[in-house]
Amino acid sequence: MMWFNIAKAQSFMPSQGTEIAKQVDNLYGFLLITSFIACVLVIGGMLYFAWKYKRKSPNDKTAYISHNTFLEFLWSFIPLVIFLGVFAWGWFIYHDMRTMPKNALEINVLGKQWAWEIEYKNGYKTVNEVVVPINEDVKLLLSSSDVIHSFYVPSFRIKQDAVPGRYTALWFRAEKLGEFHIFCTEYCGTSHSGMIGKLKVVSREDFDKYLEQGQEERNLPLAKKGEKLFAVKACASCHSVDSPAVKVGPSLFKLFGKEEVMDDGAKILADENYLRESILEPNKHVVKNFPKGVMPTFQGQLNENELNALIEYIKEMK
Amino acid sequence: MAATHAHGDNYINHEKGLWSWLTTVDHKRIGLMYMITVMFFFLVGGIMALLLRLELFAPNAAANVGGVLKNGDVYNQVLTYHGAIMVFMVIVPGIPAILGNFFLPLHIGAKDVAFPKINLASWYCFMAGAALAILTFFFKKIDTGWTFYTPYSIKTGTATVMMVLGAFIMGMSSVLTGLNFIVTVHKLRAPGMTMHRMPLFVWALYSTAILQLLATPVLGITLLLLAAEKLFGVGIFDPALGGDPVLFQHFFWFYSHPAVYIMIIPAMGVVSELITTFSRKVIFGYTAIAYSSLGIAAVSFFVWGHHMFVSGQSETAGILFSFITMLVGVPTAIKMFNWVATMYKGSISFDSPMLFALGFLFLFAIGGVTGIMLATLPIDVHFHDTYFVVAHFHYVMVGGTLMALMGGFYYWFPKMFGKMFNENVARLSFVFIFIGFNVTFFPQFILGAMGMPRRYFDYIPAYEQLNKISTVGSWLILTGFLLGLWAIVQGLRKGEKAPMNPWNSKTLEWQTPSPPPHDNFNVEPIVTAGPYEYR
Repeated sequence: MMWFNIAKAQSFMPSQGTEIAKQVDNLYGFLLITSFIACVLVIGGMLYFAWKYKRKSPNDKTAYISHNTFLEFLWSFIPLVIFLGVFAWGWFIYHDMRTMPKNALEINVLGKQWAWEIEYKNGYKTVNEVVVPINEDVKLLLSSSDVIHSFYVPSFRIKQDAVPGRYTALWFRAEKLGEFHIFCTEYCGTSHSGMIGKLKVVSREDFDKYLEQGQEERNLPLAKKGEKLFAVKACASCHSVDSPAVKVGPSLFKLFGKEEVMDDGAKILADENYLRESILEPNKHVVKNFPKGVMPTFQGQLNENELNALIEYIKEMK
Repeated sequence: MAATHAHGDNYINHEKGLWSWLTTVDHKRIGLMYMITVMFFFLVGGIMALLLRLELFAPNAAANVGGVLKNGDVYNQVLTYHGAIMVFMVIVPGIPAILGNFFLPLHIGAKDVAFPKINLASWYCFMAGAALAILTFFFKKIDTGWTFYTPYSIKTGTATVMMVLGAFIMGMSSVLTGLNFIVTVHKLRAPGMTMHRMPLFVWALYSTAILQLLATPVLGITLLLLAAEKLFGVGIFDPALGGDPVLFQHFFWFYSHPAVYIMIIPAMGVVSELITTFSRKVIFGYTAIAYSSLGIAAVSFFVWGHHMFVSGQSETAGILFSFITMLVGVPTAIKMFNWVATMYKGSISFDSPMLFALGFLFLFAIGGVTGIMLATLPIDVHFHDTYFVVAHFHYVMVGGTLMALMGGFYYWFPKMFGKMFNENVARLSFVFIFIGFNVTFFPQFILGAMGMPRRYFDYIPAYEQLNKISTVGSWLILTGFLLGLWAIVQGLRKGEKAPMNPWNSKTLEWQTPSPPPHDNFNVEPIVTAGPYEYR
């Protein structure tokens, strides 16, 4: 086992946040060592022969060895046994990975271009941030509202695609406090590489507090609610709010009350009705120099109250 | 051996003028036409690779060096073209269409392939498909990645349909070539050339041809379904219409996994020729190598699911696919050991083709063992869609196929053109490509282990250093290829006249003048022994 630990230390794997991560790394360590030995045999053998049997004269005589059944059987059989051993070991761990524990804490995760929307059982929603209690089984129920995404936490060695039209799931039991990266690993378009989230592991008390806070946020003033919603719907990945800098779409900073030129030359005043139209039918009037068809519609995804909150938030950006 | 007919009629001067080339049915000329076009596409795909690496030199926020590709959309497009061009226009057609077309008939003592006109048609198919695919670049571009995964490929507003039709037509070319090779091998062998006296390159082409013929139509149908889905919304893959987005992946990989072997088996064939020739020794385990090609081809149809361990397919499916994938490792390992054993007690010379063959063994060993890691279920869960995979398949496809293609090209250059190339420049080219390749792609294994996902336009600062090293490596590869190009161009311009058999090889193509006459052989060869009788 000491060998494994040396191999692991050299393997550049991220910190081990779960028990499964340790098991995966053990197997990986074993494979690293056997692979290294295999490469030394093949490449070393090749280099040794190349050096030893280097051509000495243009008329060298070579041995006539066409085959050796025993040797060939041996080097087919030994790799087969190793491969099947590795397969069985892998099966063992994979089975644990895929068997969902009963009574796990369930959290819904919705992948969308280009953010992770997280919803807890009490209705509290966040974006790109999953908070979980330490030493408890957590089950994530994944789905997607547009294209395929893939939920990946390197430190936990877990990954699962979020597929539109169905639910997939994964589970983990975090054993380390701290923050871990969440990446999207299924290519999903423009900001695929920006779809990065955080997984925070906290104590049970902190987790309860976190959920309570989330409940309180429901009673916020309208603009604050809008700000929150703006974050949840990941609007900020395309629109800047604190400077006129242009991202994928126009900046919303000090936008309210200004006149904008559209791609068909028309001038439209950015008032409540235009903002509402832009959220619900984004491609009806597109601001000049911006591509059509990029912004998804939020028709059916926001209720009137939420629309009001969003518009109020944009109005107050001054 | 007397160099007879050294000044006579050959396939290059047999007819003159561009028109005679465009209407030729001579397999050698068609091979050269493929060579020119594939080299052009390789240049385009390579420039795109350099741009991608340049973009990844630094995370965007840190320095101005990153940011050459402006934004994620441009990066995604360049990424897609790099992948699609390298797969569909360079590596899949590469060895079979260039070296296979040129040397398969020569290897078995035939005058041409079985269907010369279909052979020419396959080149036109290839060109038409490629033209259609390249044209998308000037209209709407495409940003789906070369895998066209649904539903993204349906939802994106880019030229999916046109690109997919291009790939479909190029697939037709692949089917025609495969069909032609199978019939040629069965029907046109010279007297005495039994199946077990065929060179191993022919065995490899034969196994590949079976894959081309059986697997490619599946891709064709899949791509047509995708086009129909996008144009008419038929609801096969779109969940909103009752379709299944994962179904596309099953269809796609049912072709594209065997396609990986369409890329690599011919390379294995070339390497078998090189190792035996430059060790001047009979190949070790001829039958094992020949039949392991067929074995790999057969098993490769049943492993597609290993691309989908985290796609939401069932646990049982994952386990079965992992198991079968392990089995592919065995025939591959057999070949590796056979090649090394061939060198035992040989007389090994280090001409540039042999350097590429040894480079192949080195890189393919690493590509192979990392393949076993990826076949292992829980490890793949961590590595899937990370740079580990990127490194792995570049080691297999570039380190494997491209190394073999270069080695084979230098090996047969004297035969193809009747001239020798500058050996020292060719060796230097190898050194740069080999070192550059490892500097570029080895750090990507580590990046993948650290968790960096693939197809990322930008990345977190923790990955910066290794990405820098990787980008510098890409410049070394560029230098290597430029040197290689120079060796070839100089060889063509003022290379020394090549003798009939410069490497003292035993296979049939060396028993005819360089370059070969229009009909391949002045006298029909009669075969009395196996292909590698170095005694």
